[in-house]
Amino acid sequence: MMKLHELTIKQIHEGYLKKEFTCVDLVKHFQNRIEKINPKLNIYLALNEKALDQAKAIDAEISEKGITRPLLGIPMAIKDNFLTLGIVTTASSNILNGYKPQYESAVTSKLIEAGAIFLGKTNMDSFAHGSSTETSDFGPTLNPWNPEHLPGGSSGGSAAAVAACLATAALGSETAGSIRQPAAWCGVTGFKPSYGRTSRYGCIAMASSTDSPGPLTRNVEDAAIITKVISGKDSRDATTAPALVENYPDLLNRSDLKGIKIALVKEYLLPEMRQDVKDLVLSAAEKLRQLGATVDEISLLDPKYSIGVYTVIQRSEVSSNLSRFDGIRFGHKRDTFCQETKRRIMLGTYTLSAGYYDAFYKKALAVRTKIVEEFNEVFKTYDAIIGAVSPGPALKVGASKNQPMFGEMEDVLLEASSIAGLASAGVPCGFVDGLPIGLQITTDQLQEAKALSIAHCFQKNTDFQLFPDLEKML
Amino acid sequence: MKATPLIGLEVHVELETKSKMFCGCPADHFGKAPNTQTCPVCLGLPGALPVPNKKAIESCIKIGLALNCSINRLSKFDRKQYFYPDLAKGYQISQYDEPFCSNGSVILDSGKEIGIERVHQEEDTGKLQHTTINGEKVTLVDYNRSGVPLVEIVSKPDMSSSVEAKEYLKKIHEIVKTIGVSSADMEKGQMRLEPTVNVRIEDETGTHYTPLAEIKNINSFNFVAQAIEYEVKRQTDEFLKTGIEKSPTNKTTRGYDSVKKVTYLQRTKEEAKDYRYFPEPDIPPFIIEDEVVEQIRKEIPQLPDQVISELVSFGVENRFAKIIWSDEKMLALVLEFRNDTEIDNNKLASLLVNGKIDPEKDVKSQYLSLTKVGNTNKDELEKVVSEIISANPNLVADYKSGKTNLLGFFVGQALKQTKGQADPKTLNEIVTKLLSV
Repeated sequence: MMKLHELTIKQIHEGYLKKEFTCVDLVKHFQNRIEKINPKLNIYLALNEKALDQAKAIDAEISEKGITRPLLGIPMAIKDNFLTLGIVTTASSNILNGYKPQYESAVTSKLIEAGAIFLGKTNMDSFAHGSSTETSDFGPTLNPWNPEHLPGGSSGGSAAAVAACLATAALGSETAGSIRQPAAWCGVTGFKPSYGRTSRYGCIAMASSTDSPGPLTRNVEDAAIITKVISGKDSRDATTAPALVENYPDLLNRSDLKGIKIALVKEYLLPEMRQDVKDLVLSAAEKLRQLGATVDEISLLDPKYSIGVYTVIQRSEVSSNLSRFDGIRFGHKRDTFCQETKRRIMLGTYTLSAGYYDAFYKKALAVRTKIVEEFNEVFKTYDAIIGAVSPGPALKVGASKNQPMFGEMEDVLLEASSIAGLASAGVPCGFVDGLPIGLQITTDQLQEAKALSIAHCFQKNTDFQLFPDLEKML
Repeated sequence: MKATPLIGLEVHVELETKSKMFCGCPADHFGKAPNTQTCPVCLGLPGALPVPNKKAIESCIKIGLALNCSINRLSKFDRKQYFYPDLAKGYQISQYDEPFCSNGSVILDSGKEIGIERVHQEEDTGKLQHTTINGEKVTLVDYNRSGVPLVEIVSKPDMSSSVEAKEYLKKIHEIVKTIGVSSADMEKGQMRLEPTVNVRIEDETGTHYTPLAEIKNINSFNFVAQAIEYEVKRQTDEFLKTGIEKSPTNKTTRGYDSVKKVTYLQRTKEEAKDYRYFPEPDIPPFIIEDEVVEQIRKEIPQLPDQVISELVSFGVENRFAKIIWSDEKMLALVLEFRNDTEIDNNKLASLLVNGKIDPEKDVKSQYLSLTKVGNTNKDELEKVVSEIISANPNLVADYKSGKTNLLGFFVGQALKQTKGQADPKTLNEIVTKLLSV
């Protein structure tokens, strides 16, 4: 029999209906694991003290009405930049240490409405500034596959929570790589919906024009279920798209990829990339061909331009978004911002200053338009673009220290799709040095169903979604 | 030497929409208990996002149309960044390079045109309250006003006297009230005024311009006029003393002390803020279609100047018309009787303005009794007067010998005869004429 902590959403619901276990059993099981493993990996920052009470209520609901809500009794981990009513929310920054939100974020509200139970809040890069969780003011999270390595970031705690089976699924957010990169480094599935598909209301802003909440899960099916729950127009977020939300889980029914046209981006096979990583991407492409897709090599703008555009736009927005933490409210002074945050505020303030705005911000916007146009052109012919998520496997703890551009370099293959607001799935496609490697499957804006169904078909026909062995930590 | 003041005005108008600019809190903040009309958005809490108020934007466009502006098809919000404890987010959402409305005008009574550079939408800040609690001096913040919709109207520096500035402001005030977007109550701070002043000096050495001074946050038309007059004199004197001319770096910001009646320096350009404007990423740009603009245009009632010229067109004197349009009741009455042949439009206007007619009572009967004219049939009256003269030969003789005050006797007798129906003025003329035969 499978272990409780390894179950998917569907398997848990089957277990509930067959009365193999209750929601209280499941929550207790996770809490027990968290107690033992969390001190070793530093994944959760705060736990939901009401989780067991909520589980009891859900058990009563199941015995009365059965399972009528899509995430009923599903234990989830929530990235600490989502405001959760009554549960301390810090975005891993000391400036918000002890902050109890006055309201619930839009996407966590939707999760609660769908029946999910929050086990706790997960560690991240401070204000999502980074791709390692090393900028967290509460120490880095360690990679469940090898604690000498980083989990990636900024949603590193959420990715590690799913990989270490300390939650069935997790909520993350991506500004440029913050879901897909930690998912890849921790060997789980990550899904970044298009910009505007999921509401940002109540998600502590990083870069407002690219932030996209999305799930980290055991598999693509779970990602589809959660994406369906959290998507849609929100009257409190003016940037959400009015387009109808498709029933993503029902659209995963492809048995092959016949008729699907895929573009493999040459420039994404970076010269400095390890050959074994390139080989994994190429064999993933081969797998997609075997499944019936056509895969052509295409050329796109050198990803280095995306780094420039992303760095300027994101730093500018960060410097503005963080000005509300003015040292008067929220209990802590501005010197409690970490080094990386201070650096970003300073760079963003500079790029927006009189005289520099045209040279930096305006130019970045112009190049952003170019990148969007280039993708538009590609998607006239192709259904999806594939490439590696990250140039290599998880780096060692300490790798980001004194590397102000660490995140940008690690996310070099993800920034273009983020600044263009595209939908993108990240799924494991193999291992090097015992560490997972991820494949990105990126589609046009609002083409979530397409990205998910291609990723699902790939995942069903491969066997890379594995669990790290954590027995020694128990 | 010739000195000409160059005056531009920035006017902030608080809109009276139901809800605030970017959230659902009530916009009516005046006199409410502190911090009772707030939410995560207007408090600037983490994660909160602005959603623009459609009604407010329509009001902004309405103001633009009433000021003859063109409405820009493409528009967007920007963040204006500065630190102040009453500014919850650390930036104000405003409009920088793509305002909703630009290039309008206001025509003064002299016919002079004052250009409007732009009319844009923004949000108000919270309010600071300096007070003492338990013997300790503290500053409290009330966020009820935070996020209330504001429209900023920026004129070109086309005014050349405090009188013109005052007339311009009065016209703006009247227009804003007339189109129903704000009561623009100065005492409640619903209209705030900021003149920018400098002086063009022409002398034998050529034409010179004194450095610009912006005078912040004045809340009365009279204070604006006083501040401008003071500033024009100060700048002229200063120029004659120092010869310093306007440059891109020497604009100053000044305040106005209405007690001492002086302006005072607040900051120089070196200390000026760099607002680091950039497009507000939380609100997508707007495309405003022509149909929307035309719909809003239809909702605009007749503006003061249009009403006044209409009143003048059917005979009301300008001086009465200006008072009549400002009073809804009086205006309605004048318009109601405009085609009544028994009523003289200017006479009615004059009686209303002078308070001779109570607009709450039957206006027509008041008008008729106030303007009642007696019997003026001269043949009839001459007959009556002739009879009285024939009956009183002695008195006629006395009159002719110099007792001219007997005139009243004859007129009185005639009035008696006609039971008061005779028109006294006509009667007077007839008596005088017949007695002198």
